[in-house]
Amino acid sequence: MSEKHEKLIDKKGIRLDGRKADELRPLKLEVGVLPNADGSAYVEHGKNKILVGVFGPREVHPKHLSRPDRMVLKCRYHMAPFSVPERKSPAPSRREVELSKVIKESLEPALFPEMFPRTGLDVYVEVLQADGGTRCASITAAALAIADSGVPMRDLVVACAAGKVEDTVVLDLFDVEDKLGAADVPVAYMPNLNAITLLQMDGILAPDEFEKAVNMAMEGCKKINALQKEALKNKYMTVKEEEPKEEAEE
Amino acid sequence: MEVKEIMPTYFESKQLVTPGELLAEGEYQAGENTYVEAGKIYASRIGLVDLDTKRVNVVALRAFYIPKVGDIVIGSVIEVGFNGWTVDIRAPYSALLRASDVLSRPFKPQNDELSQVLDQGDLIVAKVASYDRAHDPQLTVGEPGLGKITRGQIMRVTPTKIPRVIGRKGSMISMIKQETNCQIILGLNGVILVTGKNVVDEDLAMKAIRKIEEESHTSGLTDRITQLLKEEKAKQLQVETKQ
Repeated sequence: MSEKHEKLIDKKGIRLDGRKADELRPLKLEVGVLPNADGSAYVEHGKNKILVGVFGPREVHPKHLSRPDRMVLKCRYHMAPFSVPERKSPAPSRREVELSKVIKESLEPALFPEMFPRTGLDVYVEVLQADGGTRCASITAAALAIADSGVPMRDLVVACAAGKVEDTVVLDLFDVEDKLGAADVPVAYMPNLNAITLLQMDGILAPDEFEKAVNMAMEGCKKINALQKEALKNKYMTVKEEEPKEEAEE
Repeated sequence: MEVKEIMPTYFESKQLVTPGELLAEGEYQAGENTYVEAGKIYASRIGLVDLDTKRVNVVALRAFYIPKVGDIVIGSVIEVGFNGWTVDIRAPYSALLRASDVLSRPFKPQNDELSQVLDQGDLIVAKVASYDRAHDPQLTVGEPGLGKITRGQIMRVTPTKIPRVIGRKGSMISMIKQETNCQIILGLNGVILVTGKNVVDEDLAMKAIRKIEEESHTSGLTDRITQLLKEEKAKQLQVETKQ
């Protein structure tokens, strides 16, 4: 992007995309969008568009990767070549390998791997459009897809980032803020168990700013979690609500 | 007077819950699709909660089949091996069917061509003979009603919905069988075999089962299925008389 940004936050505390410091981007979550996968979810988080498909638990290939006492979780985070303004090579980049690992590790505490020995669970995250904070949106969607596949979970994992732009701690950074801002702190969180499963920091923050950012991100996570639950329930609610109407017609 | 405080539950009966939702605290037992963490009971799958005296159960809306010894399952042969077959039973583990179990006489690899008995793609009704954490399930077909499927239609439903298709004491399934004149075998792995005199009967039975699957978490389902079958049969009759 060649256009010059004088200020990332104006005098009134409004950000470039019109949000306040502690405001999330608009979110849309949908569950069960891929009939060929065992579980799936689609998320639109601001301009991010991410599709997740889950397969399993199933036999692990290659066989030596399977564990006699537990299910292994495999994640693949992949960005489509058209997901960013400049074509991205479809081959897995260093960043994608790292994010695959990070997403896997943030989801693992929510599962019961000992329940399904010798099997594997495959999570495929496909970023169709990226605009900052894709790892968080991916985790949110992946947790939904796993729940949709029927694999037992301790909790829905939900993720959200906070960071520092100019001198303000802000919630849910988008691409420009992420690149030009001072720091980015992605947090993945299990709201019902009050446990953090991922905490990263890119940039520099003072201890009090860091604390503020983490708390802000956790608050954001809770808001997203409400939407997550709603999305999951929506898939089954439709049938439940239609029922009385049917009978009324007859 | 001090009344002993009743231990709280955090749900209404038949409420839709998502994984991680807190269900109850205190002297309750964690039933199906729940788990205990620090004395509290949480849901582990999306489903409907139910309190059975002291036991908190979640009837899962999404789950997959885990083999259990004694279960009747329907599977397809995916590989013919040296002394048996590998069978896909729509579980995380593929099942084994041994040649000596199928052939009534002693099995000799040099005499018997296994693919002539069961070939890749063949469908079988079988019973789970053994299974544990360390070993893949083994199947047996050595009982009446089990073996290769030669006719009928196959349909798949979510395995957790099989009990709903059976109904209370088999009321649902026997009603469908009677109304449609079809033989129906329910594989507990979520595969159903419908065999009737003609395709029309089979389609009708399958339509009813599909409706049960879609509306399994609603009440008064048996009545609605009976009505559906009656309506459909009336329609058929009309078509026939017109012709």
